[in-house]
Amino acid sequence: MFELLGVPPQVLLGQLLLGLINGSFYAVLSLGLAVIFGLLNIINFAHGALYMAGAFVAWMLLNYLGIGYWPALFVAPLIVGVFGVVIERTMLSRLYHLDHLYGLLLTFGLALIIQGLFRNYYGISGLPYQIPAVLSGGQNLGFMFLPNYRAWVVVASVLVCFATWFAIEKTRLGAYLRAATENPTLVGAFGVNVPLMVMLTYGFGVALAGFAGVLAAPIYSVNPTMGEQLIIVVFAVVVIGGMGSIMGAIVTGYMLGIVEGLTRVFYPEGSAVVIFVIMAIVLMIKPEGLFGRTA
Amino acid sequence: MTKNLVISTAVFAAMTAAPALAQDISVKLGVLNDRSGVYADLSGEGSVVAARMAVEDFKAAENGMNVEIISADHQNKPDIGSNITRQWYDVDGVNAILDVPTSSVALAVADITAENNGVFLISGAGSTALTREQCRPTSVHWTYDTASLANGTGAALTNAGGKKWFFMTADYAFGHSLEENTSAVVEANGGEVVGQVNVPFPNQDFSSFLLQAQGSGADVIGLANAGGDTVNSIKQASEFGITQAGQKLAALLMFTNDVHALGVQTAQGLSLTEAFYWDQNDETRAWSDRFMEAHGSMPNMVQAGVYSSTMAYLAAVKELGSAEDGKAIVDKMKAMDIEDPLFGKVTVRADGRALHDMYLFEVKTPDESTGEWDLYKEISSISGEEAFLPMLEECDFSKK
Repeated sequence: MFELLGVPPQVLLGQLLLGLINGSFYAVLSLGLAVIFGLLNIINFAHGALYMAGAFVAWMLLNYLGIGYWPALFVAPLIVGVFGVVIERTMLSRLYHLDHLYGLLLTFGLALIIQGLFRNYYGISGLPYQIPAVLSGGQNLGFMFLPNYRAWVVVASVLVCFATWFAIEKTRLGAYLRAATENPTLVGAFGVNVPLMVMLTYGFGVALAGFAGVLAAPIYSVNPTMGEQLIIVVFAVVVIGGMGSIMGAIVTGYMLGIVEGLTRVFYPEGSAVVIFVIMAIVLMIKPEGLFGRTA
Repeated sequence: MTKNLVISTAVFAAMTAAPALAQDISVKLGVLNDRSGVYADLSGEGSVVAARMAVEDFKAAENGMNVEIISADHQNKPDIGSNITRQWYDVDGVNAILDVPTSSVALAVADITAENNGVFLISGAGSTALTREQCRPTSVHWTYDTASLANGTGAALTNAGGKKWFFMTADYAFGHSLEENTSAVVEANGGEVVGQVNVPFPNQDFSSFLLQAQGSGADVIGLANAGGDTVNSIKQASEFGITQAGQKLAALLMFTNDVHALGVQTAQGLSLTEAFYWDQNDETRAWSDRFMEAHGSMPNMVQAGVYSSTMAYLAAVKELGSAEDGKAIVDKMKAMDIEDPLFGKVTVRADGRALHDMYLFEVKTPDESTGEWDLYKEISSISGEEAFLPMLEECDFSKK
């Protein structure tokens, strides 16, 4: 049997698969960011906090209303999305004519407030959320034990990513959206309600974050800092993929998940920084990102 | 008339003087801990509640003491902790500082306390340096330290047949020292360490590292990490069927609130060492119910330690009749036989290390657990002499 740098192929296969699973979260989160940046030009720093809110809403639905995982998978993103719409209408929409920096500062502040509120009410230890009964257990693949839930995470994220890409790149609605980013005045002149579209796009982008939060709830601890830890990595993914590139965000998300997984085998200490090293290299060689159009 | 006035004045003076005499020892306690960050649940407001309960239960007012409690957030930063400590001693007239999780902050507070001849009752911090390399005559390390946890969990599991260990170590000073302490105990008990992996800190996803641990063929996976990292690694170990496949998980630093956060479904079968568990006997249950009512969650060993150390401190102050001389109070505490409702028999050794039993617990299965907080079953107890490290010669303050 061949070995690569002293690592047996079974282990390698296992780690590739795990990388793909982590990449699923990166992909869904960075997709939301890319949609929001690509169409609204807002650098949404509240994304991590809204991801966390998605997980908490799922927990609340279960514990206060008895609503289980499957309905929560739709209801929680919807609630987070509506919350996003409120943010967009009341605050973000006032900043569109200003520099990117203002949107960034506003959303960063919002992230701190949301996180602080959850910390105040639910503490820092985190809350338990069980894996739904249908998906508990797992399959023995020979080279590793794959929990059913993780397999579901990959499937769900691929579906959502593909659907989003299709909607934006291949449908008439998506064409309106892209046109509205290029030239909102002109599109508005054709009778399209541009502010409504922008509002719904932001709502959709943060709903994606909420969706990722619900996906994450059963495997990571539901706690107020869960988004804070992930958001920086996800921003690096978006930068590597190219700011605003939908396909770039998706492909880079999965790819970097795998790279990170492999680093964990060969040099575990470096696995926390490998994505940032790649980001630095990409910025030096191709500043617009791997899939970005030239700025 | 004049005579009457004199008499009534004298009577009045006698009447007012009596309570004034009874209140003549004034004590100010400062609870310094994390009130907003990662350790807020394990110490935080709960420790303040525990201190307040101690003052109530000691019947301080009836014992002629006027006790005031203040608190502050050190944000886990040694510089902020040092500043608050200095202000408390220099400006606010604090006599004793309580709790202080996060060892780096605790080490700073220990020094400043010694300079000011205050008293430092340590419950939240776990570094053994507090009674070794940086022992101070004014420190009492009450609840636990990393060595006692390693001794409890490491020795018990190795002796129970877990000979091969694999460590998942948080890649910073605390994680490495916990791994080192435990490895020594494992090897001393005839076990061996078959591998380890340094995990970046903090980390969300442990699946890759768990797979490496699984592949190592170890009997026991030692989690040399803390807080959210421990919670996530246990959660994911259960997901990947690691515990179900027969490997044991040993959490080397874990508190009741962490286990509660995980739920017994996920944490079942986990071994861990603690100095206190709310459901040990009638006294701990009665006290914990009161704590629950005041704070909304069950106490952990850190909060129980704040209560017990405050009780012992107040007893020493009462005997001395003053809270001014910190070293004298700590010496008094070292000389006392302490019979504590929560920790049982406690003696404070000459180096400031409080010796009491430690307990090895196993987390119950969902079938065994009868309620939200019904989390542990006791496996064994370890005497204080066995659990804690022996005293260093240079820290024997009885000879200084």
